[in-house]
Amino acid sequence: MKPLDFEKPLDELYAKIDELRRLSAEGQVDLSDEIASIEKRAEKLRNEVFSNLTPHQILQIARHPNRPDTFGLSMLVFDDFVELHGDRQFRDDPSIVGGIAQLGTHRVMVIGHQKGHDTKEKIYRNFGMPHPEGYRKALRLMHMAEKFNMPIVTFIDTPGAYPGKEAEERGQSEAIARNLREMSGLSVPVITFVIGEGGSGGALGIAVSNRIYMLEYAVYSVISPEGCASILFRDADQANYAAEKLKITAGDISNLGIGDGVLKEPLGGAHNDWPHVSETIRSKINEDLKRYETMSPEEVFQERYDKFRSFGKFEDPVKA
Amino acid sequence: MSIIDWFNQREKIEDRSKKLDIPGDLWVKCYKCSDILYLKDLESSKKVCPSCKYHFRITPEERLQYLFDSNSFEEAEDSIRAVDFLKFRDTEEYKDRLEKARKKTKHADAIIIGVAKIKKRTVNVGIMDFSFMGGSMGSVVGEKITRLIELALENHHPLVMFTSSGGARMQEGIMSLMQMAKTSAALQLLAKKKIPYISVLCDPTMGGTSASFAMLGDINIGEPGALIGFAGPRVIEQTVREKLPKGFQRAEFLLKHGMLDMVVERQSMRDTLAHLVNVLDPHRKPV
Ligand SMILES: [Zn+2]
Repeated sequence: MKPLDFEKPLDELYAKIDELRRLSAEGQVDLSDEIASIEKRAEKLRNEVFSNLTPHQILQIARHPNRPDTFGLSMLVFDDFVELHGDRQFRDDPSIVGGIAQLGTHRVMVIGHQKGHDTKEKIYRNFGMPHPEGYRKALRLMHMAEKFNMPIVTFIDTPGAYPGKEAEERGQSEAIARNLREMSGLSVPVITFVIGEGGSGGALGIAVSNRIYMLEYAVYSVISPEGCASILFRDADQANYAAEKLKITAGDISNLGIGDGVLKEPLGGAHNDWPHVSETIRSKINEDLKRYETMSPEEVFQERYDKFRSFGKFEDPVKA
Repeated sequence: MSIIDWFNQREKIEDRSKKLDIPGDLWVKCYKCSDILYLKDLESSKKVCPSCKYHFRITPEERLQYLFDSNSFEEAEDSIRAVDFLKFRDTEEYKDRLEKARKKTKHADAIIIGVAKIKKRTVNVGIMDFSFMGGSMGSVVGEKITRLIELALENHHPLVMFTSSGGARMQEGIMSLMQMAKTSAALQLLAKKKIPYISVLCDPTMGGTSASFAMLGDINIGEPGALIGFAGPRVIEQTVREKLPKGFQRAEFLLKHGMLDMVVERQSMRDTLAHLVNVLDPHRKPV
């Protein structure tokens, strides 16, 4: 797999280690000292690189082609998962997947974006950019969850809702708006994990949640840094700078009071170790479900309402 | 997102309104049909071109004057001010952009809210102002809309909202995105209380504004020719690599696709709104 730009020096060191190991194995010389020393250097470099990532580099990790996805996590996090299809109105949108999963004694409704990994799947999944029917499928499943008293878990990973002709004709705006309103009224808890890219309204459409957790290298943004750069700076090359200004990283989202926690990823990013990430998510869900068991539907509703009601930064001399 | 288009058009748009604002400038060219119009005539036709029915963008004051009982508007929550909490700087600092917009529009932000009367019926009204940073929704717009809905929850009068906005305000980052959810959540409470909400979508209503409170009216009304959509036409053209048909994302297009209940000309908007308020809320006496 192609390494990310900032991973290249690291990759070169690993290549060297492999080369030395091969020579050693061929039995000509003992290179174990050299190997150990380069390994040490690589470890140090890795720590350095990953403790000083810029927002733009983090964005690249968030978009890594091998990033854990909704499907993978549904299989790994839960004990079983039955996928459900369709919005009952137009079609099944493969950009959003959903279904019923079990976690110990709990049943939960799982819903999330699915970008796809290889070219064929990416096209099938429309690169994780839903049409209105994706949001309508999600809403159908959420209402079902409410009916059968199942908590909802959503996984966020989308560049945004699809900006296309048919999407507009079928009411992209209406579909997202309706989800925002309906989700806020649900009597069951909603727990959201931003696992990759949280792209604007396309992400929010399934993320009006009691709890919003960010994976360490996930991002959440009102607009893609590229989009922001080309509009505000009239220069797409300013995406680096826009990524910084927009405050999109997991840490930023928590500092602004929107995220409820940053979930540590394995060194080098979640794409290196899906089971590790799944374990982290699983224990977070278990912890939250325990808390929600003690809460009434009204309290669950109120917690989510109060959370979103509090969002906003402004001066108000009258109420100050 | 949608904002791209109005941003690209910004010069043109400012040009458009400049011609209307300069005192002593007696003649105006219609943006659509290029007819030369006598400004007094245009004003007496509520800024609708007599030749082609093009609906000029208008200020919140003009909207109040054209649609509501005279001097009936009482502004609420006018002291809330935006803050530059991200220290956002693009080609200009956010706080300077705010300062300029306040000077230009004489408003604190991109919306005014309050109560007003329409044919003696009291309604809660919010009117967005596109000339204030493209009507973009940041914390202040989101908070004011939410407080207006809360006011409606207290006084039980219907809510009428006029939208005109390029979408979320990028200078407030993720916080502006969250205003979509905050306003929509408040509308959920309004719906539960069965208080009528009429959304009038004016030119343009895009992005985060369209994908939240604007689309959630019990009745959605479009102004003729208004551009309404999620993604901006330019972004869509770049994505699908084809030219969009004429009239795409215009109010009439949305009516045809089932997203609006009606498209109403400015001339008959007052009558229509008064009637709808009465039929939705028949048992309340005029106050
Ligand atoms: Zn004209």
